[in-house]
Amino acid sequence: MKPVFMTYTKKDLINLAVCMVLSVLVIPTFITTEYWYTSILIPWLCLALATIGQQIVMGYTGQLALGAAGFMAAGAFAMFNLILRVPDLGFVGSLIVSGLIAAAFGILFGLPSLKVRGIYLMVATLASQFFIIWMIDKFGWFKNYDSSGIITAQDIVILGKPFTTPLAMYFVCLAVTTVLTLLAMNMARGSTGRNWMAVRDMDIAAESMGVSLLRTKVQAFAISAFYCGVAGALFAFCYLKSLEPVAFDIKLSFKILFMCILGGLGTINGAFIGAAFILLFPVLLNAIGNNVFHGAIDATIISSIEQVIFGGLMIIFMIYEPLGMAKLWENIKQKWKTKIPSSTNLKSSLSKKT
Amino acid sequence: MAIERKFKIGKPILEVKNISLSFGGVKAITDTSFDVLEHEVRAIIGPNGAGKSSMLNCINGIYKPQQGTVSFKGKEIPNITPNLMAQMGLSRTFQNLALFKRMSVLDNILVGRKLHTKTNFLEVAFQLPKVKKEEKINRERSEEIISFLEIEDIKDTPVGKLPYGLQKKVELGRALATDSSVILLDEPMAGMNVEEKRDMCRFILKVNDELGTTMVLIEHDMGVVMDISDRVVVLDYGKVIGDGTPDEVRSNQKVIDAYLGVEH
Repeated sequence: MKPVFMTYTKKDLINLAVCMVLSVLVIPTFITTEYWYTSILIPWLCLALATIGQQIVMGYTGQLALGAAGFMAAGAFAMFNLILRVPDLGFVGSLIVSGLIAAAFGILFGLPSLKVRGIYLMVATLASQFFIIWMIDKFGWFKNYDSSGIITAQDIVILGKPFTTPLAMYFVCLAVTTVLTLLAMNMARGSTGRNWMAVRDMDIAAESMGVSLLRTKVQAFAISAFYCGVAGALFAFCYLKSLEPVAFDIKLSFKILFMCILGGLGTINGAFIGAAFILLFPVLLNAIGNNVFHGAIDATIISSIEQVIFGGLMIIFMIYEPLGMAKLWENIKQKWKTKIPSSTNLKSSLSKKT
Repeated sequence: MAIERKFKIGKPILEVKNISLSFGGVKAITDTSFDVLEHEVRAIIGPNGAGKSSMLNCINGIYKPQQGTVSFKGKEIPNITPNLMAQMGLSRTFQNLALFKRMSVLDNILVGRKLHTKTNFLEVAFQLPKVKKEEKINRERSEEIISFLEIEDIKDTPVGKLPYGLQKKVELGRALATDSSVILLDEPMAGMNVEEKRDMCRFILKVNDELGTTMVLIEHDMGVVMDISDRVVVLDYGKVIGDGTPDEVRSNQKVIDAYLGVEH
């Protein structure tokens, strides 16, 4: 299909329009319970954004990295300190600068990727996870010498207007996520993304074509950390509403890794699908536990079952569909199309015959 | 040959002087020198393990020879890397196929346009007008190469799904997309059937003829080599045992011995 606007085809634009209508008009009119915003939609958007970051470095550039939550912590605490100490920056300015600070960490911890690869790189990037959390814990300055260890995030104020209701915060997250997703798509489909994928698929050939491994890998790590940093700031300010390093531990990194793999490596929409699945699945299990078994199953057992099912799914996907749910969705659509050819397809096939 | 060439064979464009390469105690190449003239088709032949692929890897900077120098376009290159050679206008294909398997044919060839892409990632992210302009030029050039190689019908297929012969063609296309003045082809016809080989020969000659690209190729099939190359260098056990036109090489006693064996 030919692109009609920038790199987007007509189909992409329709999809984008549907998503925008759903998220801007349909969701706010039909979902009125606060629970959905504060516990599902806002974390979904934040984690999807972090997963896009993970996708860039892992799905597109093929560098096994595990430390997304560390960069998120860097972003979140940078945001807190920026608003506290440089109030002139404003919310959006602080958000961008905290992303850049996270990106600086990304560059630092992405450097090992030039020498080690695969599982060894994963271990090397784990250092970022532990180092950043340790640094925040160790130096009181980052937490403004707060003795309790948990600090409250400041209220979001954009252009003098407070954004404190769940719905308002949802719109803040939605706006940031939409803009960054579109930028990520532009990069992934353009020459930048081709360089990433060339490094992923065959680095020696990429180098022989003039793609610099150093620049491409470090760039991917930096962009990835930027996305994670912004996601972390939103996660802390819109979802947690408090800042504690423990919230960004290794478990969160793994969660983002799972979202990335289940959603589909090397896809942007997979990030959203994966994040939705990992967030909604426990809710679904709980609902089943409460409504079908009427609380007969203990909550702890349900959360254990959740882990078991996640583990099982990971294995099943790795074996049968390494490209994840995004690919699965494509396959289903493809089958649907071949089963029921749409009227336009019929027409064109008829006109070809005559 | 009686046919007039559009690009006359000129001065040496690539010179390899006294290259020695060893891996631990194994000597792959010993004190080897030869040159490649502008616009010619130059073949490197030799039995298995003669050091042909190692030679290409030295020229391209993947291996660092312990001794000797490589000069390209009249300049001696001290710290040679694949990236630097690409920037200077030397592209290559690989023996065991080094394509970007999960990317489409068109995308693979577009990666070859990397050195003609000057925009950075921020400009790409915001899709500035100059990005669109550049992308359009690169796509047009890639489409040209695709139709030149007659692979239009598979341009959106992921390369990993294509049969071997077509993958070799795509790899040639990717090397062509760089618009390099020299292309190194590492066994472009290995594992192909007669028809595919004939096709590949046609493309190599067509590229050399129409674009004037200097071709350096490694090949096992003597018949093919003798037909398409202007000059041939023969390696055996990492040493040059013959160098000259196909006819000269064919009548060289050392070459005959190396290929047919000698009676002891």
